Amino acid sequence: MNRAKAFVSTFLLSLFVYLFLTLAAGRSMIEGTILWSVEELVLGVSVALIVSAVASDILCRSDNYRMLNPVRWIIMLVYAIPLFIEMVKANLDVAYRVITGNIRPGIVKIKPPLKTDLGITFLANSITLTPGTLTVDVDEENKDLYIHWINVTRKPTKTISGRFTKWIRRFAE
Amino acid sequence: MIALTILYILLAVSIIFNGLGVIGLHRFPDVYTRLHAATKCTTFGTIFMTFTIIAYGGVMYYWNPGQDQYLNMVLHTLAALVAILVTNPTGAHALARAAHKIGILPKHAVVDHLAEMEGKK
Repeated sequence: MNRAKAFVSTFLLSLFVYLFLTLAAGRSMIEGTILWSVEELVLGVSVALIVSAVASDILCRSDNYRMLNPVRWIIMLVYAIPLFIEMVKANLDVAYRVITGNIRPGIVKIKPPLKTDLGITFLANSITLTPGTLTVDVDEENKDLYIHWINVTRKPTKTISGRFTKWIRRFAE
Repeated sequence: MIALTILYILLAVSIIFNGLGVIGLHRFPDVYTRLHAATKCTTFGTIFMTFTIIAYGGVMYYWNPGQDQYLNMVLHTLAALVAILVTNPTGAHALARAAHKIGILPKHAVVDHLAEMEGKK
């Protein structure tokens, strides 16, 4: 059952990537097709079958299939908006520090309230994408993150990760 | 006309942030702070550059319906945007971690919990 689930989810993912990359490629040459020609669809399905036969063991190692829920994917897409707003704010701050040279760097330890590997990965990548904070190392046992922070102030956990964790918890936990 | 103005504004923002990244690369004192400038500012600038391409493709597709190369360009740029968003933090993290592992400590650091933790072991 689990192998079938892994096969199907890998198949859908690779088919989606194939169809996304070939969407509207060369439609104007072939009349009467909608977005993909029939040959393209057949090739996409066969490539996706081969990929899922070979790689489903590698891609789906976890036994938890909570990410198959489409609501989580929609929340993940919506999460791009607060992430982008935070990036704008932090970019203006770092631009100010680039011009004035007013920095107070240091490596701080934060304890995010997330448990899953996916959540920690998302949080670490969001922190690194935000200018001014950079994930240097992860303590894999305690799920602690070591962050290089360009302007160290008090309460690092709340200031750095508080703005992301409430979003990440909704789709990754 | 409005569309072109928006395109130029997006492009200007991207160039400004890329330029700030270059200035920061020269001004900051050590490898970690330089990583901030070199990866974050340039990523933000590059994101705006992809926005420019997406907006340009969208406008051209709206003006020339049926010319699918513009739609295709928009989709491939979206794929490139996702690739940038995934690979940039990974690369920055790998560089910072490698630098800390070989013993480069942050200059002018007010606090370094990672070195304290490794010192205890």
